[in-house]
Amino acid sequence: MAEVLVLIGHIEGQIRKPGLELLTLARELGTPVAVCAGPGLDAEVIRTLARYGAHRVHLVESGELEDHPVGWVQVLADLAATAPQAVLLESTPEGREIAARLAVRLGSGVLTDAVDVRPGPEGPVVTQWAFAAGYEVTARVVTGVPVIAVKPNAVAPVPLAEEIEPEISRSGLDLDEASLRTHVVSRAVRHSTGRPQLTEAEVVVSGGRGLGGADHFELVERLADALGGAVGASRAAVDAGWYPHTHQVGQTGVTVSPQLYVALGISGAIQHRAGMQTSKTIVAVNKDREAPIFDLADHGVVGDLFSVVPQLLDEIARRRR
Amino acid sequence: MRIVVCVKHVPDMASDPGFTADHRVDRDGVQGRLSELDEHAVEQALRVLDAAPDTHLTYLTVGPAAAAEALRRALAMGGHAAVHVSDDAIAGSDAPATALVLAAALRRLEPDLVLCAMASTDGGTSLVPAMLAEHLALPQLTFAAELTVEPGTATVRIRRDGSRATEELRATLPAVVSVTDRTGEARYPSFKGIMAAKKKPLETWNLADLGVPADQVGAGAARTVVDAITARPPRTAGTALPDEGEGGLRLADFLSGQKFV
Ligand SMILES: Cc1cc2nc3c(=O)[nH]c(=O)nc-3n(C[C@H](O)[C@H](O)[C@H](O)COP(=O)(O)OP(=O)(O)OC[C@H]3O[C@@H](n4cnc5c(N)ncnc54)[C@H](O)[C@@H]3O)c2cc1C
Ligand SMILES: Nc1ncnc2c1ncn2[C@@H]1O[C@H](COP(=O)(O)O)[C@@H](O)[C@H]1O
Repeated sequence: MAEVLVLIGHIEGQIRKPGLELLTLARELGTPVAVCAGPGLDAEVIRTLARYGAHRVHLVESGELEDHPVGWVQVLADLAATAPQAVLLESTPEGREIAARLAVRLGSGVLTDAVDVRPGPEGPVVTQWAFAAGYEVTARVVTGVPVIAVKPNAVAPVPLAEEIEPEISRSGLDLDEASLRTHVVSRAVRHSTGRPQLTEAEVVVSGGRGLGGADHFELVERLADALGGAVGASRAAVDAGWYPHTHQVGQTGVTVSPQLYVALGISGAIQHRAGMQTSKTIVAVNKDREAPIFDLADHGVVGDLFSVVPQLLDEIARRRR
Repeated sequence: MRIVVCVKHVPDMASDPGFTADHRVDRDGVQGRLSELDEHAVEQALRVLDAAPDTHLTYLTVGPAAAAEALRRALAMGGHAAVHVSDDAIAGSDAPATALVLAAALRRLEPDLVLCAMASTDGGTSLVPAMLAEHLALPQLTFAAELTVEPGTATVRIRRDGSRATEELRATLPAVVSVTDRTGEARYPSFKGIMAAKKKPLETWNLADLGVPADQVGAGAARTVVDAITARPPRTAGTALPDEGEGGLRLADFLSGQKFV
């Protein structure tokens, strides 16, 4: 079977869940090759990649990709010379900018925001959602090596039943002028808040303008903790500086698709819905019966969140005693 | 310094856009507009212009006749001139073909800085900016939450919130930059701006003007095909109960029933 190149993002050897999701999808398409670079890639990391399906782990021995991420285009273009079945990357800012540039360099078609990738008689079949997840689109790349960027959390990562011993290959890297000209001058890695990652969480509790201030986000956090969830926010709340931008849910933030989404003081504008309306169960608390969020909510409470949420928290605590 | 902002005319999301039978975005009968995200790119260009009045600012779009409206809207916000690339052969182009045409136009315009938005609000692939950078062999600073342009030293810096880290990136001009809605509120065109926009030069170019062969663009050259589009069943609203003092308790009941508590 033809190889499938999978770009693995990691932080100092910590493989994140989206990389394992990509390997899980890649296994169905062909023989996965995990491509990675950077410090911390020890035997344990390689074992993890193999456990999720990497038959080969390709290590790029260059410290320069950290500072010149466009260099990944060069790495993947070189590896793609063997005509793999596809190149899979994460549909994140970092992944998409590489996918775009790679597709031009390879003369390939590219699809982003994939929520599923399946093998088909004429190559990988990609599922995407369009117009605020109102439509489901299936598409294929018909020219060149398919370059496919997959949304985090599209599938659950599943380890292989049996252990495999991966082949290891290595290459150096001589960055070309085009790659060198984009510099990362500093990078502040986000540290875990102790709560689940927004895109990976089973439960997301989000707060909007109805929270009325940064201090009140504590209420959102308390409910998130009571339900074992992550904290999200609307753009209005983020713009007001009440919560960090990295927690913004929606069109220009992250897309979440948890089992449970709780919207507190959020009206449910189309751009917010674009990021959460595929959630399994949606719950909303809002003072305004006419708020569009109630069109999506499986259970809505029309009321003041400052009385409803504390009562809910007390009741959850009481039931758990 | 010369800046070109790439702007796109898109269906207004508020008018509930859909698709045609041949899997294209349905642009008939829906209100079109300058993509709201592109307004942020226009705003960033105008801020450079405000600080350095010798800046020359051009808008560029690729699209059908109606796309000129997006250029007029941008010109009403400020700036000097606009170029509309329009040709029947472009219809149905995918991101690589659109980028090919935009890149050909940019080669003629020779900007120091190409500004785009992080995504168009209709297709929303975020592919075009990096594709332009590849075609033009330029550095790319994408998904900027904050942008600093220093014409004196010909440098551009951005801060972006990536999936793992917040990064600061730098490049020497010329460069391609894409901006998010975090970069700052876009200004509204003033009445004076709207009137002035009508007199600003707006050129229309076709593929022959750019030397782009027609068989490299349009639906026939698309490197991806859509096999099917189906409307997802709309979510049905559940119950929304007024809180009469026990809203939190009822919510706890619901969450328990669903095994979340
Ligand atoms: C190009 C573009 C991209 C965008 N991207 C995003 C995005 O990614 N994510 C996003 O969220 N938005 C996005 N937006 C903004 C979006 O259009 C809305 O403005 C935003 O989602 C509104 O946030 P909100 O619901 O918190 O605020 P509002 O719309 O002001 O709603 C606040 C709600 O809180 C309720 N409320 C107030 N007080 C209480 C109380 N005490 N108890 C209960 N309820 C209360 C009110 O009834 C109201 O419904 C985008 C907009 C544009 C143009
Ligand atoms: N047809 C077009 N004409 C001009 N600019 C475009 C066009 N398509 C995309 N762009 C630019 O590229 C950005 C990202 O678009 P996209 O890659 O389609 O998500 C847009 O915000 C524009 O700045």
